[in-house]
Amino acid sequence: MLLFFEQILNGLQLGITLFLMSAGLTLVFGIMQVINLAHGSFYMIGAYVCATVAARSGSFLLGMALALPAAALCGMLMEFVILRRLYKREHLDQVLATFGLIMFFNELTRILWGRQPLYLNVPSWLSGSIELLPDLVYPVYRLAVIGVGLFVALALWFMFSRTRLGMQIRAGASNRDMIGALGVNIKLLYTMVFGLGTMLAGLAGVMAGPILAVEAGMGESILILTFVVIVIGGIGSIRGAVAGALLVGLVDTLGRAFLPTLFRLVFESATADAAAASLSSMAIYILMAAVLVWKPTGLFPAHS
Amino acid sequence: MKKSILTLFFVVIATQLSAAEPVKIGMITTLSTKAGYLGEDTRDGFKLAIAQESGKLGGFPIELMVEDDSRKPEKGRQIAERFIKKDNARILTGIVFSNVAMAVIPKVVREDVVYLSTNAAPSKLAGKGCDPNYFSVSYQNDNLDEVVGQYVNDSGHKSVYLIAPNYPAGKDHLAGFKRYFKGEIKGEVYTKLGQSDYAAEIAGLRAAQPESVFFFLPGGMGINFLKQYSQAGLADEIPIYGPAFSFDERILEAVGPAAEGVKNGSQWTHDLDYPANIQFVKAYREAYNRMPTLYAAQGYDTARLIGSALKEVNGDPTDLIKFRAALKKADFESVRGNFSFGNNQHPIQDVYIREVIKTAEGYTNKTVEKVFSNHVDAYASECPM
Repeated sequence: MLLFFEQILNGLQLGITLFLMSAGLTLVFGIMQVINLAHGSFYMIGAYVCATVAARSGSFLLGMALALPAAALCGMLMEFVILRRLYKREHLDQVLATFGLIMFFNELTRILWGRQPLYLNVPSWLSGSIELLPDLVYPVYRLAVIGVGLFVALALWFMFSRTRLGMQIRAGASNRDMIGALGVNIKLLYTMVFGLGTMLAGLAGVMAGPILAVEAGMGESILILTFVVIVIGGIGSIRGAVAGALLVGLVDTLGRAFLPTLFRLVFESATADAAAASLSSMAIYILMAAVLVWKPTGLFPAHS
Repeated sequence: MKKSILTLFFVVIATQLSAAEPVKIGMITTLSTKAGYLGEDTRDGFKLAIAQESGKLGGFPIELMVEDDSRKPEKGRQIAERFIKKDNARILTGIVFSNVAMAVIPKVVREDVVYLSTNAAPSKLAGKGCDPNYFSVSYQNDNLDEVVGQYVNDSGHKSVYLIAPNYPAGKDHLAGFKRYFKGEIKGEVYTKLGQSDYAAEIAGLRAAQPESVFFFLPGGMGINFLKQYSQAGLADEIPIYGPAFSFDERILEAVGPAAEGVKNGSQWTHDLDYPANIQFVKAYREAYNRMPTLYAAQGYDTARLIGSALKEVNGDPTDLIKFRAALKKADFESVRGNFSFGNNQHPIQDVYIREVIKTAEGYTNKTVEKVFSNHVDAYASECPM
């Protein structure tokens, strides 16, 4: 039972990292109608900047404080220089261009930082584990990740439903010509939304840095999961991103954790291990297929 | 008279030419991708041996051609083809990854080209698939798991939890460990290849309460696993073991303190007290300004082995029967000390347990204990040679 609870926490933590990634991606798609495959690169930039600054200064917080604006600035620069020209083009052109950007960013990090992964440790005040319940020990850092994710989700909700900026963004998503006609600088708004999205990806990267290897190409593996999340949640919807991310995080974690045990009840050990390992790595795609059969536009489609 | 002088003249010219013609060695290795440093170290170790003889091996000039396979089997195959057909190389070497090796080696040895492995040594080429033209100078892939299995046994751990990625090499490496470990296996988990988060596996591991953990997770996967294992507070509770592949100096740099104290299996460490090794480590550090890794040591040994054989066949590797016999003698001083070839042309050598320690220069390994002396791999008996 305690193990089940611990695995739920693990699922939640993965889900929250995915939410930070997918929120930015889906925001950009929902508002600008642009598919940005290079979103994972900003996750990587966040992790690299944080690792570099933390190594030089010894402070994780300073690393984080510089990594977030760095990811946002890189994102805004990319929007200003490249993506702006792609808004009116077809999605295929956008996919090709942003795929090229993935390679560009990966190569750039290799040139700047070398091919070896960087070292980024958990800050000492977040290291270690605490006993949540008797016999349930959980790493403090992962709890902090959950906390930060929940805070960001609340802040995004507040921004979208309670502020003028959020209102403009939502209006821009529905009808970009109209909001332009009402005197809102739509170009600036787009750039800012893009910066916000890439900053969230950078934040996900910063938080993943101490857990994972900070290396070139680290954004790609999470990018695939992120796309699964937004397809399940409904492309362009923040609410969908929350639901999809938690669902994918839980299904992936619980599948990996409990499928082998379940299979062993039925098959002999070697067969069970092999089958469970294969099935658990497919679990989220099966989930995606099931959701799409049931609701072809995802759980919470943006423009329904 | 005139005719014989002319003949003599041509003979002299011909021998002069053949003496000037360098021996061509084609090195197919992985220089790009994240694993690119493995190929760099292999190449640099190999080059060091040539440089120490000022461009020669065994007294004969060498032309070393190096190409990057980008870790792709089909690319490795194309390069091999080019080395053999276009450049006319009779000796190939350098492949890092077993999947590339399986695409290249069986094909080139059929074409009477000698292949000497500096790293990858899949079991398929050690047992029934052994070949007179194929030599592994490194090990048989699961030697480094076997030694850990034996050591964990000897340390008195009664149970173990096993983790490896779900692909053929993952299963091979765990099989190597299980061949020597006699205790209980509390769990055997196969993760997705390239998985980055191990929270679910680590929680399951903690619940299973094993006395030890053995993992084979190459590259970045191992970095992630070790960091997360330590963050979960398990590093002090359950000792963790693995083969040397996750503990070279470059990986340790990225893992940081999470790796300190972890014991791993290897047939080479920079602190092995053999004159050849002391000389090698010093020369390598002077030449490249970094610590040599396992891969560098293997590259260096391979080059020196080729040198010893060339000396014996007078610089002519085209007489295959003589050249192979000379290689098989392994008449060189290995940086690993004991070294000879078994019937399947894989090394018979000592295998050690080492421990990750922190020094002023960063994290590195020190030798703890020799576990196997003159160890023969498990597949040798299946080889008909």
